[in-house]
Amino acid sequence: MQKEYTVTVYTEDRIGITNRICVIFTRRGINITSLTTAETEIPGVYKFIITVISEKEKLVKIVGQIERLIEIHRAFVHDEDEVVYQELALYKISTKALQNGNIEQLIRENNARILTITEEYFVLEKTGHQQELINLQAKLAPYGLIEYSKSGRVAIIKWSRRFHDHLKELETQRIDNLKQAQYKEHTEVSAEEESI
Amino acid sequence: MQQKDVLPMKPEPAEKRAVANAAPLNITGSEAVIRSLIAEGVETIFGYPGGAIMPIYDALYDFQDKVHHILVRHEQGATHAAQGYARTSGKTGVVFATSGPGATNLVTGLADAYMDSTPMVCITGQVAAHLLGTDAFQETDVIGITMPITKWNIQVTRPEDIPGAIAKAFYIAGTGRPGPVLVDITRNAQVAKFDFEYKKCDYIRSYRPVPRLDLEAVEAAAELINNSKKPYIFCGHGVLLSGAEKELIALAEKAGIPVASTLLGLSAVPVDHPKYVGYLGMHGNYAPNIMTNECDVLLAVGMRFDDRITGDVSQYVKQAKVIHIEIDAAEINKIIKADVAIHADAKTALEALIALVKPQQHDEWIQEFREADKQEEEKVARKELYPAEGGLKMAEVVRLISERTEGKAVLVTDVGQHQMIASRYYRFKDPNTNITSGGMGTMGFALPAAMGAKVGTPEKEVVAVIGDGCFQMTLQELGTIYQSEIGVKIVILNNNFLGMVRQWQQLFFDKRYSSTEMTNPDFVQIAKGFFIPGKKVTDRSEIAAAVDEMISHKGAYLLEVVVEKEDNVFPMVPSGQPIANIRLE
Repeated sequence: MQKEYTVTVYTEDRIGITNRICVIFTRRGINITSLTTAETEIPGVYKFIITVISEKEKLVKIVGQIERLIEIHRAFVHDEDEVVYQELALYKISTKALQNGNIEQLIRENNARILTITEEYFVLEKTGHQQELINLQAKLAPYGLIEYSKSGRVAIIKWSRRFHDHLKELETQRIDNLKQAQYKEHTEVSAEEESI
Repeated sequence: MQQKDVLPMKPEPAEKRAVANAAPLNITGSEAVIRSLIAEGVETIFGYPGGAIMPIYDALYDFQDKVHHILVRHEQGATHAAQGYARTSGKTGVVFATSGPGATNLVTGLADAYMDSTPMVCITGQVAAHLLGTDAFQETDVIGITMPITKWNIQVTRPEDIPGAIAKAFYIAGTGRPGPVLVDITRNAQVAKFDFEYKKCDYIRSYRPVPRLDLEAVEAAAELINNSKKPYIFCGHGVLLSGAEKELIALAEKAGIPVASTLLGLSAVPVDHPKYVGYLGMHGNYAPNIMTNECDVLLAVGMRFDDRITGDVSQYVKQAKVIHIEIDAAEINKIIKADVAIHADAKTALEALIALVKPQQHDEWIQEFREADKQEEEKVARKELYPAEGGLKMAEVVRLISERTEGKAVLVTDVGQHQMIASRYYRFKDPNTNITSGGMGTMGFALPAAMGAKVGTPEKEVVAVIGDGCFQMTLQELGTIYQSEIGVKIVILNNNFLGMVRQWQQLFFDKRYSSTEMTNPDFVQIAKGFFIPGKKVTDRSEIAAAVDEMISHKGAYLLEVVVEKEDNVFPMVPSGQPIANIRLE
């Protein structure tokens, strides 16, 4: 059955890794609905949080194919109840709307907060699940919503303890010999090296 | 694997290294490439020079006594040659190509090697780092292009990263499930100098090429086998890759289990072995195909249940418990759900399993295969192998080659009817003597692959069996064969058709032969143009002598055999249908 799933992928920090992961979804014609990536608590190890609408059986196979990539530590597919997750949205609204008393109530009720106010517009921030963020967008629309921007998902896996212990062990292990290369700028190229 | 406590967190500082090796070798990136390859034991490179790789070729000039470079006629030929080399010698094949078109010409061979788990390291030249992304002359994003068809690839833009990248490339290509790796080296990295030091790679923290053997799974597998009445073994390419032929045969003998082979598993078990029952797949043997749905326990070793083997998966091996021994975790449960999955190297797993299986014989069960064989023998094989009249048959030519070489030659086949016939009728004796393009089905594979196979095992006879269509895809490699004096025997089975496509058109497209008939050149004259002797045979009375003459000839030889124009390969499981629908005529 088609459902929304969260896929998490733990990777080494290497140029092109996003491409390598995405291409596996592309091959099977699966659309990635959101993607968040950032370094984990272990330096040099990155976590990708990907949401997709697909079938579990298919995703289990995809996760296997992702894990086959050399620079991947592990990949998992999670049902909704296996993860604690949150998304974040920003809403830019015309400042004039603040003259309307109802919007204040709307902000309070939705646990949103104002990040900045200018003469022209103000920006609201709300965290929550996707549908809540979309609902607020719909409610704000009549007040002159100028722009809406939503993040991908951040998620904590409920049973992640053992795996993260394993990841921490990686810290004590040798980082491979190409590691630093990626952080340094290309060395200058002399004129003769440029020939041909 | 090294112990954790001796693993340094950081590379040693340069001063310390300098003290250790009194004089560090200050060399160019290009020289480092060659020295790195030598450190990896590379003796042969297949390649083609061009602008962006010229510094590396220049460095190679000083090492000609250590590394033999074979100049191919097209980069695709280099990749297939490297594949043939790797699969006969067991070593990693090495390819050089330049940037842009040189690199894009590698694509087919990389994809082929990826599908057929062949260890290969391709080194491509690239424009200088500061030109990357600017659409410079002969610049192609080869990393992007080859990402889905390589086991790993990397672009190197600094000379000091060259040894590390090459070390990783060889480690990744040759371990676990082998595969092709591409290292793209920018021109500035090739020409700049640095202090060279080479260390082989034996560890990548995110890569586990050797899975830990799950003994409980092995015990569960042994129990299934011990209680089975009709056990059945599938021998895949993984058996050859892990060098587990002896273990597989020992298991089959001890537990009395019949063994069938996949296309790429051919030659792991001698065709005349009493437990060997034949070859699986769309055009495989009749008995091993239909018996898949009769066994009660199926032990699949180092194979991936390709759709050309399973046909309709929903009606495939439903009745049996499936044990799957496979080194690539992604293949387990991908197509067929394994009741017992043993994620391991085939040799390790089989060694453990042999100890736990009880000695048994299943003669009646094997007899069922032999009975089914009779149908194929009667309806297909006899008239294919020993025809009394009509045009020459591909099968009789293969039979003669098989007899004349005593099944000991390396048989390199291309793709199509001749490939299926040769795979069916060549009587393999020794492991790693079957070289073909399985997963990709790359036409044009055989001629360059045969060159590589011969270079990889010069002591063996190498016979390439090629169709007339396939031959014309890579025939320029005759130039390489001539220049590098590679003694391959080339047999063109010429039916003046793209035979397999024509067969499908006949059976499934109302004989509408759309663009499959070929008006062919004089192949013997073409060979002569490359100074390769040859002969054309059109009559049955001449064929045996012609095969003899070819095999006796020292050096390369081309034999063109004009065969029956509209012959079909049977048995055949029509594409996507259940294996029970296998047709004998």
